[in-house]
Amino acid sequence: MEKINLTYATDRLNGVLFNRYQVFVSVIFMLCTVCCLLSTNVFALDAKRNVLSNGLVVLHSENHSLPVVMVTLIVKAGQIDEPKEKAGLANLLSELLTEGTEKRKSKDISEEIDFIGASLDTSAGGDYTTVTLSVLKKDIRKGFDLFSDILLHPMFPQAELERKREQIKGFLKQREEEPSFLAERAFKKEVFGEHPYGRLIEGYPETIDVIKRDDIVKFHSSYFLPNNSILSVAGDLTSHELDALMNEYLAEWKPHGLVKKDRGRPDEKKIKKVIKIDKDLTQANIILGNPGISRDNPDYYAVAVMNYIFGGGGFSSRLMHSIREKMGLAYDVHSFFAAYKEGGSFQIGLQTKNESANTAIGEILKQAEGIIGEYVSDEELSDAKSYLTGSFKRRLDTTRKIADFIASIEFYNLGLDYDKKYPDYINAVTKDDLLRVAKKYLATENFVLVVVANQKKAGLKY
Amino acid sequence: MKYVRIIIAFLFILIPITVYGSDIKEYKLKNGMKVIIVEEHKAPVATFQIWYRVGLREEPAGKSGMSHLLEHMMFKGTSRYGPSVLTKIVQKNGGTDNAHTTKDHTAYFEIVPSDRIMLPVELEADRMNNLILDSKDVLSERSVVMEERRLRYEDDPQNSLFEEVVAAAFKVHPYQRPVIGWMSEIKSIEREDLYSYYKTYYSPGNAVIIIVGDVNADEMMKKVREHFEALPSEPVDKQMPSVEPEQKGERRVTLKREAELPFIILAYHTPNFPHEDNYALDVLTLILSGGKSTRLYQSLVYEKKIAISASADYSSFNIDPYLFYFFASAAPGKDIKDVEEALFAEVEKIKKEQPSEREVQKAKNQIEASFIMEQDSIYMQAMKYGMFEMLGDWRLIDKYLEGIRKVTAEDVMNVARKYLKEENRTAGILIPTKKVDSIQ
Repeated sequence: MEKINLTYATDRLNGVLFNRYQVFVSVIFMLCTVCCLLSTNVFALDAKRNVLSNGLVVLHSENHSLPVVMVTLIVKAGQIDEPKEKAGLANLLSELLTEGTEKRKSKDISEEIDFIGASLDTSAGGDYTTVTLSVLKKDIRKGFDLFSDILLHPMFPQAELERKREQIKGFLKQREEEPSFLAERAFKKEVFGEHPYGRLIEGYPETIDVIKRDDIVKFHSSYFLPNNSILSVAGDLTSHELDALMNEYLAEWKPHGLVKKDRGRPDEKKIKKVIKIDKDLTQANIILGNPGISRDNPDYYAVAVMNYIFGGGGFSSRLMHSIREKMGLAYDVHSFFAAYKEGGSFQIGLQTKNESANTAIGEILKQAEGIIGEYVSDEELSDAKSYLTGSFKRRLDTTRKIADFIASIEFYNLGLDYDKKYPDYINAVTKDDLLRVAKKYLATENFVLVVVANQKKAGLKY
Repeated sequence: MKYVRIIIAFLFILIPITVYGSDIKEYKLKNGMKVIIVEEHKAPVATFQIWYRVGLREEPAGKSGMSHLLEHMMFKGTSRYGPSVLTKIVQKNGGTDNAHTTKDHTAYFEIVPSDRIMLPVELEADRMNNLILDSKDVLSERSVVMEERRLRYEDDPQNSLFEEVVAAAFKVHPYQRPVIGWMSEIKSIEREDLYSYYKTYYSPGNAVIIIVGDVNADEMMKKVREHFEALPSEPVDKQMPSVEPEQKGERRVTLKREAELPFIILAYHTPNFPHEDNYALDVLTLILSGGKSTRLYQSLVYEKKIAISASADYSSFNIDPYLFYFFASAAPGKDIKDVEEALFAEVEKIKKEQPSEREVQKAKNQIEASFIMEQDSIYMQAMKYGMFEMLGDWRLIDKYLEGIRKVTAEDVMNVARKYLKEENRTAGILIPTKKVDSIQ
């Protein structure tokens, strides 16, 4: 999934470091923001692409300025491939990859990774699962050894499965403390309906409970295949060195026939629905939105520009200008399109004190009507384009970002020359396009509205 | 997960110079302002940062949150650029900007394509001297900060407990207060308070510029001198904050509110860098929670299954002594008292017996690796130089690394014995009350 948004890279130590504006980093950084990438003549992508005999696509970007190697593997299987009654299967599988292999126990894996100061992370998403390795060059063999071991020989021990099951259920329970989690959960459910994108990636206690070890083993053997994966490697490694590592650690990865199944697209029909969740809070946590677009929708770039102007452009956006800067109603207000492979959603989010909820929702709708009803100004269009095209260099300014980026452009079939094409895609967008996509993708009547708040104090009119 | 946060904390404190010697250039302007430039030509981007030596620590009583509110106001415009256009200018040049406030400092940064790096020089020099601070804007931004406080604290049970614990651990030192400020005090901050604070602390002699990226140092300095050297610099008359008296008995706070799982925080007073004990305390932190293989996760989460997360956290990079923390969330259905006892058991264990050589080496390897990895980002590099500058001098980084390398297993046990004592502890427990109701 991609999000069209600005990200503000900030960290918070012990809750004592405050930023002027912090979009929820954990939410945004999960995703590759391919949309915000663009090329310049100075800094073009320089990645090699190979398809191995087992079908694995290998992408390699060499850079020897720092003795580190970043690896990103995308396995094209995620939430979308799960049966409804076993929601959370892809996530549970990814969590268990590091919990035991044929020759290593859970603690052995973490001990070996921690000892070399590396990280080996796994994560399931709507469309795919990723396994990432960040390691010093000097430890690359150990890193690849562990990486290939968890990928090719996971055992999914029953005891670890039970432990992880309880942990995930515990985290889900704890997350119910977060108003934003409650709002997001309700919003996804309404917008995507029965489609897998509408579920929590972690699943639900009742679905997590019924997942059996066999389900996990089967999911792994069906999807964790070289002919269903993309491997990207960036950093201090020559092609020759990469070949040697591939031969030593991944040669035994054998292809199988993939079961092609229709993944199904979510219903794009917009239906009005208001969900109120009552909780003893000082703020109303508000999400308003509707079904959006898939990543391959030709309107993607027009939507990127429109959303930047509307609510994705941080302090350059209309929502921020009006709701925060002028009215002082919220610290954070934003909008984004979550564009998955098979569909997507659009949402506007903010938090404001309970008593201001009606005013804030009214202002959101007024702003939405504004962008639907009138052309944007020349200045807005040109500023949005110059941000979206000009920020490319920053999007590829670390080895980790490069590894993730080239993997995701392969997944979305954007081509390794995407960086050269991207400015043209953005610059081709016209004011008419913006008006058209705003009308098409922003609902001002048939929207889903979720408000988690002290409902008595909020006294919603909606 | 908490252990991840520890690694992130280390990303801030470890620096490249000794191993992959970046070429660090240091300059001093006539008005006393220090400038540090690191040329890093890996990617065509650069960051400009300006760090002011003012934070929570300098705030007068009754006005907590002033440094942070002023930080917000710094984006509201100057006599030259008008209200709220600074960020827009940066963004339309393909850049991003932001700022942060801590107990000891306030820092602003821009990250831009390197051919636009002269832009932030002008913007930062301008707002150091020409901030508007319009009264109406102050009122509006105060509301924004109050919303920020609601978001981060009022409606977040764990952060609320954190605030309670810190307030109980300190009796007189300003670190007692939250950086964002208490609600009633944020509300009491007026335009005039901010103006005099700005005039006092936002001066060249009280700030450091850090530039890292694809730049030419000579060209940069020409531009920096042109914009900053003529700015007047009054000496800042800093008052020493009160010294926190030694704690002589456990303090305990409880917080009862709507929440799902009980949560515990333990906080012990500890010294700050460059106290000789801080190196061993850093290694101790990683031995306790530097990844899933380490003690707290293995014991509380993996073996005993009584917690869903457990971690230790310590940052010595403060101007005055601060705290060493333990955090843990009880697993559903588990008693927080058992979680507390399990944490105490880990504390007693490390006080009785030295950690293994492998554990010490693992912690040191993690530090070494993280400081190489952090060089991947120009932003993180600049953050690190800034952090050490706030403590006196970026060259202290070398001292820090030397200190870490010398730590022995015995040192780790000794600092645990010295600081992780009951009488030096503040314990906080979150007790969840009622459940969530939903209406559709």
